[in-house]
Amino acid sequence: MPRPRVLILAWGNPSRGDDALGPRLIERLEGAGDVVAALGVELLTDFQLQIEHALDLAERDLVVFADAAASGAAPFAFDPVASNPALPISTHALSPGAVLRVYQRVLGGPEPRCYQLAIRGYDFELGRDLSPAASTNLDAALAHLLDWLARAHGEPCLQ
Amino acid sequence: MTSSLETARHPETLRRVCIEPLTRVEGHGKVTLLLDEDNHVQQARLHIVEFRGFERFIQGRPYWELPVLVQRLCGICPVSHHLAAAKACDQLIGVDRLTPTAEKVRRLMHLGQTFQSHALHFFHLSSPDLLFGFDDAVAHRNIVGVIQDHPEIAKRGVLMRKYGQEVIRVTAGKRVHGTGAIPGGVNKSLSLEERDYLAAEIDTMVDWAEQSVQLMKRIFLTNRDYHYRFAAVDANTLGLIGPDGALELYHGGLRAKDAQGGILLDHHDYRDYEQVIREEIKSWSYMKFPFLSQLGPEQGWYRVGPLARVNNCDRIDTPLAEQERQDFAAAGEGRPLQAALATHWARLIELLYCAEAIRELLSDPDLLGSELRLAGDMRGKGIGVVEAPRGTLFHHYEIDGDGLVTRANLIVSTTNNNQAMNTAIRQVAAHYLDGRELTEPLLNQIEVAIRAYDPCLSCATHAVGRMPLELDLLDASGALVDRIYRHPDGAVEGLSPGPAAAP
Repeated sequence: MPRPRVLILAWGNPSRGDDALGPRLIERLEGAGDVVAALGVELLTDFQLQIEHALDLAERDLVVFADAAASGAAPFAFDPVASNPALPISTHALSPGAVLRVYQRVLGGPEPRCYQLAIRGYDFELGRDLSPAASTNLDAALAHLLDWLARAHGEPCLQ
Repeated sequence: MTSSLETARHPETLRRVCIEPLTRVEGHGKVTLLLDEDNHVQQARLHIVEFRGFERFIQGRPYWELPVLVQRLCGICPVSHHLAAAKACDQLIGVDRLTPTAEKVRRLMHLGQTFQSHALHFFHLSSPDLLFGFDDAVAHRNIVGVIQDHPEIAKRGVLMRKYGQEVIRVTAGKRVHGTGAIPGGVNKSLSLEERDYLAAEIDTMVDWAEQSVQLMKRIFLTNRDYHYRFAAVDANTLGLIGPDGALELYHGGLRAKDAQGGILLDHHDYRDYEQVIREEIKSWSYMKFPFLSQLGPEQGWYRVGPLARVNNCDRIDTPLAEQERQDFAAAGEGRPLQAALATHWARLIELLYCAEAIRELLSDPDLLGSELRLAGDMRGKGIGVVEAPRGTLFHHYEIDGDGLVTRANLIVSTTNNNQAMNTAIRQVAAHYLDGRELTEPLLNQIEVAIRAYDPCLSCATHAVGRMPLELDLLDASGALVDRIYRHPDGAVEGLSPGPAAAP
């Protein structure tokens, strides 16, 4: 069965306060089931972005990486992802640019257009719920993403 | 000599070098070196600054939530926590022995977890250091550099990691946040299609794992003297062991050996771990320092994880891994290998063991069985122990009459290795930094020593922009003298003498 052409891949720990922004975005998108299904979107969530996620990029036209942001613009930033050819691997986890680079080098072939949705969070303590400010940011990010997906759906490559 | 570097005689007169956070390890670790006027190291400490709050997070929760809840303690090895908690919950509901199907499905899950974790560590985290050397350019010494220069190795790393994740998905029911292990058993067995799906690639995984061991063995023995000496510290070892002395990752008794390989403790029931292990608190660290109570805190600290396990066992039950274990043991020349970098060799022997053991299990019809769960009489205390990829993991819970957790004590692998890692960085600091000007490759040697233990510092928070590397050089008054700052994109600034602009 062919893969959905659009992937939204979000990560974070659901029990670490605003680190849950990524997984919570996926939950909200799952709740909007009809809309997401109509747009042909696959939703994935994980604790961290990892090298094997490069395999999830195959056969896609569009990929949105979604994560909490500890700094930067509020309520969110939405930017294209460029392949990162020379980054230090800071931890067990990868950045979206590194995943794209791994995809290019390991799998090759046509690569998807990739975007990063960085939703601003503020409190990342274990056991905390989403902070009120992060919840507000999540609402704004979700609205933007659904609108962007609807517009992207009109593009020839997704029809 | 290295133990004397834990606390300097007059720290107020010394300059401080701070490495925070460590690259390629989890959470927020920090290394501080106090230097005197001649750049001689007078004090070296590894601080773990995020390791707190676990027990509070768990207390008051119903016990049946634990196997799922504890996966959120750590985004690196959630399956290890899942299984340790499930084993503790088995005892809480009065089950001492699972059905064959339940035990084998859990074992398969655990082997998949260890396989993918070891593959990730070697190919992603340690192979850049080992293939390119510690002095290689920072921008190149990473997985992207491996992909560029050794594309086949890199591709195998990705696919082996993916295979282990698929084992987890099939056995746990989901790719993440799995619910496969439940108190008293599992909630699903394998279908024939799932079994055949995993079996289709396992021969390739065994082949690749074997070739990975050969590669690592060649690397280690090629520069033998250096690899034997680097961050080598004599340590006691601790881990689970099978009834016949075989390597055991899921269930067994505790075995401890001294640095010469003499048995200190054998086949000890882990439910009585508090009789043989105690934890020391030090004022300068959030993380405790466990030790064998029979030897006391000064002499009783120990190492866990792949190096400890392969040194600890008498044999390995799978043929290819056993052959590699014998080569490994021979390299020790009559005593356990104590070199930090031998951990990578041991880790890949375990990778091969996992692949072989998965292959054996996949031919076992019990995996397809339907007897999934047992129940008994409720108990107030449950203790579960597994060998997580990084080492022995203890979960200890006590519950009240309503099934709510009243006490939780977790000793995670990285805590078990706390003193061993501290001792290793003191060894490196004493041998490689003493009297030298600081450079990034030199400081990276400390990180290489720590990375060998693959510490997981608990923090599953990986928000964008939280992973820089900062090195601060402070004078005795606390004023910033110099700073090296490594940005997430790899750029380094602030190397020049004098105050560096904050990024």
